Amino acid sequence: MPSVDEIADGMYKMVQDAQGQKKLKPTGLQKAMMEMYGVDKKTCKLAIRALVDNGRLVYSYFGGSFLELPPDGDK
Amino acid sequence: MALKEHKTPLLDELEKGEWPSFVTEIKNCASKNEMSNDLLGLLEKSYRERIGFWKHGGIVGVMGYGGGVIGRYTQLPEEYPNIEHFHTMRVNQPSGWLYTSDALRKLCDIWEKHGSGLTNMHGSTGDIVFLGCTTDDLEPTFADLTEAGFDLGGSGSDVRTPSCCIGPARCEWACYDTLAVTYDFTMHYQDELHRPAFPYKWKFKMSGCPNDCVASVARADISIIGTWQDDIRIDQDSVGEYSDNGLDILRDVIMNCPGKCMEWDGKTLEIDNKTCRHCMHCINAMPKALRPGTDTGAVVLIGSKAPIVEGAIISSVLVPFWKPEPPYDDLKDLMDEIIDLWCEEGKARERIGEFIQRVGMGNFLDAIGLEPEPAMVAYPRDNPYVFYEDAEEE
Repeated sequence: MPSVDEIADGMYKMVQDAQGQKKLKPTGLQKAMMEMYGVDKKTCKLAIRALVDNGRLVYSYFGGSFLELPPDGDK
Repeated sequence: MALKEHKTPLLDELEKGEWPSFVTEIKNCASKNEMSNDLLGLLEKSYRERIGFWKHGGIVGVMGYGGGVIGRYTQLPEEYPNIEHFHTMRVNQPSGWLYTSDALRKLCDIWEKHGSGLTNMHGSTGDIVFLGCTTDDLEPTFADLTEAGFDLGGSGSDVRTPSCCIGPARCEWACYDTLAVTYDFTMHYQDELHRPAFPYKWKFKMSGCPNDCVASVARADISIIGTWQDDIRIDQDSVGEYSDNGLDILRDVIMNCPGKCMEWDGKTLEIDNKTCRHCMHCINAMPKALRPGTDTGAVVLIGSKAPIVEGAIISSVLVPFWKPEPPYDDLKDLMDEIIDLWCEEGKARERIGEFIQRVGMGNFLDAIGLEPEPAMVAYPRDNPYVFYEDAEEE
């Protein structure tokens, strides 16, 4: 079973690939990881928390909450 | 440096009359804070031109949190440079809005140090609202708030700061401890409060009795409203005193009873408690004579929302009678079922009430594993849940 860090990397890549084309919601990332790796919600939550806590992703609000790369894009 | 003076003839009109004026308060801050001063100028321009010159949203917040800060920017930064950033911070209020003077002074000191000095006590969400912060000042403000024992509240697609009436702290009608439930839920849902992971917002509001002083039935996704199962307590002597002192019991109490469950013969008040709708009208009219029963608890309702323009929904009964006992795991388990389903099947920006309208209450109850029962009603004496299994139809 993939670790929290591996799931976090998977989520980060999804956000990176979608940047500028589509805004992704935390629930969307969670569903995708659960389908791809068969992990549970708790692991996905921990992965999102790790991504946000270390500054690799940030929350944004545009009529709903999304996860994005930070403005400078290099974290 | 002297502050730029903004002429405010239209805003000045709002200071006339006997009510307190937000304009006066902004002017007080404007005399010593350049953000408030520019806000005054922009607001006058908005009234003059009938346009709100604000942008809202974006990427703004404190490290690790996805809620609690609402990004706001003026569209006229050249004209009003001090409010180029004018973010709102939501600070989690204490349950029932009970403060010490020291806590209030600390909050004001923090905000005068870092922001415009303008607050909204309290916002419609129930939070302490700090109005007007630059992006650079968000983290220092947050650090000072946490140092003082406060935390940010919810915003965006997350659990919003749970909010309650003052409950048993000061109100004799409280049928359960709203303060305790609110504090417990706030702590239990910390992750969901600070890290938005839902299709849209989710509000818990707790009212101690059917008077519903936090208007939970009209605006909370989950409304927990105090009620009682047994009979209204009557002090007949006090009823007589109300009558002797000029209260027209027939006209002002009996005729206004929506359940038509009361009788008054001039000496004795009788209540048919089986048909009482627990509206609180008679108790409010004669508070010394009538009291809720002693077998108290709460009704849990689901699905209201109160948008500004259109689409308001009133809550429907989900759990007709809930006995709140710490750690409230029975209700939290049910909430988990509902939230899981909503996160799985809900559309973006779809509140739980809209979700239930889309899929149907019967299907919703089936999916969360809750047995329907006649007491689950959208309105008193209304039974919208009629189920036909395929086998029964055949």
